[in-house]
Amino acid sequence: MHNLLMLLQEPSAAAALNNNALLGAGIGMGLAIIGAGLGIGRIGGQAVEAIARQPEAAGDIRAAMILTAALVEGATLAALVFALLFKLA
Amino acid sequence: MILPPLLQQKPDIGAMIFEHTGDSHIVELPFGLGEWHLPGPWKVGGIDLSPTKHVVFMILAAFLVFVTMWYAGRQIERRHREGKGPRGLGAAVEALVLWVRNDVAVANIGHGGERFAPYVLTLFFFILYCNLLGLLPWGSAATGNIAVTAALALTAFLTIEISGMMTLGAKGYMKTIVMVPPGMKGAGAVIMAMIMTPVELIGKIVKPFALTLRLFANMTAGHFVILVLLGLIFVFGTAPPAIKGIVVVGSVGLTLFMMFLELLVAFLQAYIFALLTSVFIGLMRHEH
Repeated sequence: MHNLLMLLQEPSAAAALNNNALLGAGIGMGLAIIGAGLGIGRIGGQAVEAIARQPEAAGDIRAAMILTAALVEGATLAALVFALLFKLA
Repeated sequence: MILPPLLQQKPDIGAMIFEHTGDSHIVELPFGLGEWHLPGPWKVGGIDLSPTKHVVFMILAAFLVFVTMWYAGRQIERRHREGKGPRGLGAAVEALVLWVRNDVAVANIGHGGERFAPYVLTLFFFILYCNLLGLLPWGSAATGNIAVTAALALTAFLTIEISGMMTLGAKGYMKTIVMVPPGMKGAGAVIMAMIMTPVELIGKIVKPFALTLRLFANMTAGHFVILVLLGLIFVFGTAPPAIKGIVVVGSVGLTLFMMFLELLVAFLQAYIFALLTSVFIGLMRHEH
């Protein structure tokens, strides 16, 4: 409790700058994940639907699903890495 | 009344995580055998070329791939001569190799894909072993280092571009850079070429860049999550025993789940790297 209250106290100017950067990184990570969640969720949902409709094509559909999900994930992870740079820089 | 702090800041979990996932010149030996300080720095033209922890684990991964393949290959050859099918490790390796060769390399590169199968197989098994070594106690994932993944992506980039040049010829390869839509002539073609050329060039660079970041970020993020979950125990170090008990049970349970997920991710990322490299080689070779 003590330390949680400490977070609310007025920080120094340099610390404020750093905290703003961290806040930006956090919001950026969240936004990237929202996009990835929507994208990959749609890919997964459609793939399951397609497999239910055509079970004999399950192998091909699964391969295409993983490929597309990997492409979406690549863009998301790039955003996460750049957001992490705020923490490091 | 002064409450005892529930959360303590003392062990810096952030610093601990970066120390654990980062590269260093010290290799921690298993079972408390101490530390192995690697030689260095070896300055060559201002660049330090001395080996690091990730280099050690990369060499270990390469050695383990060699041992597995050599043993499985010898076993399959011997049993083939006796007129029997492979068994045990040989059968497992044969199944994986055939799957990567047929369903990943040849299926995505198209005809002539057999020539690229050794390269795709090397990528798959090397990345797989690097990923799995990171899950062992005292281990370290060399693929969690962006320099390692960038080097792997560079070999993929060179394979894609050089195979494109060899298959399409100089004129055909130039067409993949200077794109003119079919049927356009004169000023329209020049304008389109001026717009599309930077786009095509960026497209060529983005592919290896995405391969680099995907593998690096996946491996690093997985280790981060595991370490953060375990770090929660230390953050709650001064909390009352009841709260601490709940945190420990929850943290260890979630870590176990994450370790199994990481096992899946280790295979999935090796598969995706090999798959995307094959897809890009196939796209390049069938460009018209």
